[in-house]
Amino acid sequence: MLLRLIISSFIIFILPSSFCLAKDIHQERSHYQNIVVRETGQRRCLLFSVKRGDRNQTCVDINNPKKLVFPYVRMTLGGLLLNSSPQDVLVIGLGGGSIPNTLAELYPQARIDVVEIDEAVLRVSKQYFDFTETEKVKVHISDARVFIKRAGIKKLQYDLIILDAFTGDYIPEHLMTVEFLQESKKLLKDDGTLVANTFSTSKLYDHESVSYQLVFGDFLNFKMPSTGNRVILTKNDGLPNYSYLKNSAKKLSARLLTYGIDIGRYPDYMSRYKDWDQNKRPLTDQYNPANLLQGK
Amino acid sequence: MYNALSRNNIIVMPTRMTTEQIIQSKLFNGLVLTLAFISGFIIMSVELLGGRILAPYFGSSIYVWGSIITIFMMSLAIGYLLGGRLSLRNSNLLTYGFFYIAAAITLMPTILLGENMMDAVFLRIEDPRYGSLVASIFLFFLPTTILGLIAPYSVRLLVTHADQSGAIAGGLYFVSTLGSALGTLATSFYFILWFDINEILFTMGAALFISGGIAILGHYKLNSRG
Repeated sequence: MLLRLIISSFIIFILPSSFCLAKDIHQERSHYQNIVVRETGQRRCLLFSVKRGDRNQTCVDINNPKKLVFPYVRMTLGGLLLNSSPQDVLVIGLGGGSIPNTLAELYPQARIDVVEIDEAVLRVSKQYFDFTETEKVKVHISDARVFIKRAGIKKLQYDLIILDAFTGDYIPEHLMTVEFLQESKKLLKDDGTLVANTFSTSKLYDHESVSYQLVFGDFLNFKMPSTGNRVILTKNDGLPNYSYLKNSAKKLSARLLTYGIDIGRYPDYMSRYKDWDQNKRPLTDQYNPANLLQGK
Repeated sequence: MYNALSRNNIIVMPTRMTTEQIIQSKLFNGLVLTLAFISGFIIMSVELLGGRILAPYFGSSIYVWGSIITIFMMSLAIGYLLGGRLSLRNSNLLTYGFFYIAAAITLMPTILLGENMMDAVFLRIEDPRYGSLVASIFLFFLPTTILGLIAPYSVRLLVTHADQSGAIAGGLYFVSTLGSALGTLATSFYFILWFDINEILFTMGAALFISGGIAILGHYKLNSRG
C-alpha cells in the first residue's frame, strides 16, 4: 500500500516535472555560491551550486505559494509540537524564506530573527519567493557562528531556534561542532526548543548525533519515510512525551494544513531511539573532518 | 671544483676536495634543503589551519581567508627582507638553527593562548573583517615572519659562486614550495581527519624544534662551509 503510494506519487509529481522544460529565470554568482532560480512547470526553485548536481534549497508551488513543497521544511516546522506558541524565534539560514514566512503568518506577534550569510540570497528571496522583512521579521547578514556568539554576549534569548544553514553541499562545518551547539543552547530560554535540519544519509550522521547528544542530552530523532532528512528536536526543560506531542498536533493541525503540513502524523515518527554509533567522536572546533566525511 | 671558505672568511687556496669534504658538502646541502622543505611544509599547514582556528570567532567567509593570506604574505615579505639582511653577517648553521627554534617557540602562544586572544579581539572589534585581520596578526605574524627568514638565508648558505646563485635559489624554491604543496595537501586531506588542530600545531612546533636542533648539531659536526 505504502509502496504503491510512493510509486504513484512519483509518477504524479516527479515525472511530469522532470519532463517539463526547466527555465532559469535568474542566475548569479554571489560571494558564496552560484544561485539559480529555476522554474519547472508549476514549481519555482532556489538552487545553490548547481555544477555539482542540483540541490534545491527551496521550492514553491506558483499556484499555491503557501504550500510547503519540501518535506524537510514541513518537518522542521514539526518543532512547533514542542513549543506551539513561540514568541522569540531565531532562524539560521534564509534560503527562499519559506520557514520565516510561514512562522510570521502563523505567529504575527512573534519576533523573528533570521541569519543569512549571503546578501544575494536575501535579494533573491525577496524578488522571487515573496519573502518580506517587517518590523517583526529581521534578517541579519552575518555568519551564523559570529551572530550566535555575539547574541550570547548580548544575552539574547529565544524560545525557538531553527538551524537550517545549508550550502550547496551540506551544513558549514563550523556550524556542526559541540562548541557551536553550546553557544546556540546558551540562547535558549529555560523552556526553549532547538530544531536542526540535517541529513540522515551521510557518514556524518553518527558524528552529528553524538555531538547533539553531548550538548542537549536525549533528543527526538525525527525521520519520515521517503526523505533523506533527519530533523533533530531538543528541548531545554526535558523532552515531551508522546501524548503531549499528540495533543499539540491536534491543536495545531487545522492551522498547519494550509501549508501542507500533516502534523497529526508527525509524533509517530519522532523517536528517542539511538540508531547511531555512539562510539563515534563528537565534532569539535578542534576535531572536525566534516567536509571529508560528508562525501563518503 | 669549488672554493671552500673557512669560517673566518679567509680564502683557502683552491684545492681538490677530499672525499670527506665532498661528503660533508653534500650533507650540508642536503640538510639545508631538507630543512627548507620542512619550513615550507609547516608554513602552509599552519596557514590552512588558520582558517579553522578563526572560524569559530569570525566565520569562514572569504574575508577570513583574506585576512589570513594577507598576514601570511606580509609576514613572509618582512621575513624575507630581514633574512636577507641577516645573511650578510657571518652566515652559519647555528643562526639558521635558531630561526627554527624561535619559530617553534613563537608558535606556542598561538596554540596555548589563541582562544583567549580571539575572545579579547571578538569583544573589542565588531566587524569580523577587521577582527579576523587583527586576530591573524596576533596568531601568525611572529612565527611566519621568522619562518620567512629561512628562505633567503638558505640561499646564502648554499651559494658559493655568484654564477650558481640563480640555479641554487631555483632549486631551493622548488624544494620549499614543494614542501608547501605537500603541507597543504597532507593537512587538508588527512591530518584534520586524524588529529585535533592543536595536536597538529604542536607536532609542527616539535618538528621545527627538532629541525633547529639538527641544524645546530650540523653547525658543530659539518665544517665544510661557514
